[in-house]
Amino acid sequence: MSLGQEILRGDRRALARALTLVESDPHAADDIIAEVYPHTGHGIVVGVTGAPGVGKSTLVDRLAGQFLARGRKVGILAVDPSSPFTGGALLGDRVRMEGRGSDVFMRSLATRGHLGGLARATPRAIQLLQAFGKDLILLETVGAGQSEVDIMGFADTTIVVVVPGLGDDVQAFKAGILEIGDIFVVNKSDRPGADQTMRELRQMLHLGPQRTWLPPVLSAQAQQEIGVAEIADAILRHSEVRLTDPEQRQRRMQEAERLVRDALADQLVRGVVSRSQADGRWNEVLAEVAERRLDPAGAARALHLEQD
Amino acid sequence: MTETEQRAGTRPIRVLIGKPGLDGHDRGAKIVARALRDAGMEVIYTGLHQTPEEIVEAALQEDVDVVGLSILSGAHLTLVPAVIDLLQAQNMGDVVVVVGGIIPEEDAEELKKLGVKAVFGPGTETDEIVRFTRASVGRA
Repeated sequence: MSLGQEILRGDRRALARALTLVESDPHAADDIIAEVYPHTGHGIVVGVTGAPGVGKSTLVDRLAGQFLARGRKVGILAVDPSSPFTGGALLGDRVRMEGRGSDVFMRSLATRGHLGGLARATPRAIQLLQAFGKDLILLETVGAGQSEVDIMGFADTTIVVVVPGLGDDVQAFKAGILEIGDIFVVNKSDRPGADQTMRELRQMLHLGPQRTWLPPVLSAQAQQEIGVAEIADAILRHSEVRLTDPEQRQRRMQEAERLVRDALADQLVRGVVSRSQADGRWNEVLAEVAERRLDPAGAARALHLEQD
Repeated sequence: MTETEQRAGTRPIRVLIGKPGLDGHDRGAKIVARALRDAGMEVIYTGLHQTPEEIVEAALQEDVDVVGLSILSGAHLTLVPAVIDLLQAQNMGDVVVVVGGIIPEEDAEELKKLGVKAVFGPGTETDEIVRFTRASVGRA
């Protein structure tokens, strides 16, 4: 039986091994993805992002418990940064997770050099979890805070987590992070300044462009399970609004376009590179660029034109 | 192929560091976790007070090559066999199991008979643990 079939039958070990494949070499998993792809795309993918230390992992864990209790099948992808020097990574998100046994399938992903707060394997990892039967996937980004807007492309609902008193409040709400949030959570709301943070957030959201969905600003103390049910409710509400949204089809098309463009770029690059390496042109051209005798775009053009 | 691509195409060694049982001392576990990370490995740390079941489930989900168990409570002769049995029950007998902590000599021998590949006592150099981990998995 193929790995893909084993995943569709609900084999946890097969899922774990397939996740390793999509992480290590995206193309080694092409067959598996092709096999399971018709069984993906359902359910809700919830992205959770925010600065380091705001409580993303804890919130993800409590939401997992909340959705389990509501009968959802929960998967978690937690992304942590790889060291740019050694490639190593310390993946510590499990420390915040309560033991939920095999009910929740959680996988820690290292960024492995990918920027934007997520791992390169993220879309495929989501697809594998969905094929396995998970219908609520929690996706936690690395703790960055201002630029990890990648999450928007992968999550159906994006939660931005902030805490009171993180320096100048406005600082935390720069462009980008404010625009990607479908739900805002002010966590650790027993800390001083929580009310003010919520007020400022709401004001800024009201100033933004009018959308059919006005992102709610919710307070929580995830550690104590306070406010978590309300966040889960908001996720489900957002999901309903999203599904009835006339722009939904357009969004699906945009997602499809992004995935196909990525795959196309990948395949073309691999083709050109491997052929250039085979005839030795690759190293010649790299040397010319390194010695400033040729510019990078010119080099790329030369390489793929030579092969046409 | 550039070096970056080669790195991207090969899978880093993945190690799970677990603290089974009741002792709350995880300094050693954290030092080892850091050393392995700095050696280019992906290290999943589970935190304190894990049951053998939780550790094996995490090892399965994370698809690790190595499970390192840190035990300072003296309960290693109960906890370690439990982890090994559960790994075997999940058909994960190929996962390398190593133990760190305060383990008397004769118990270390006993653990090795059960399938533990190495026992690292106090004072072990982290370099030695890195070297052993690489060799046991057979990948750099």
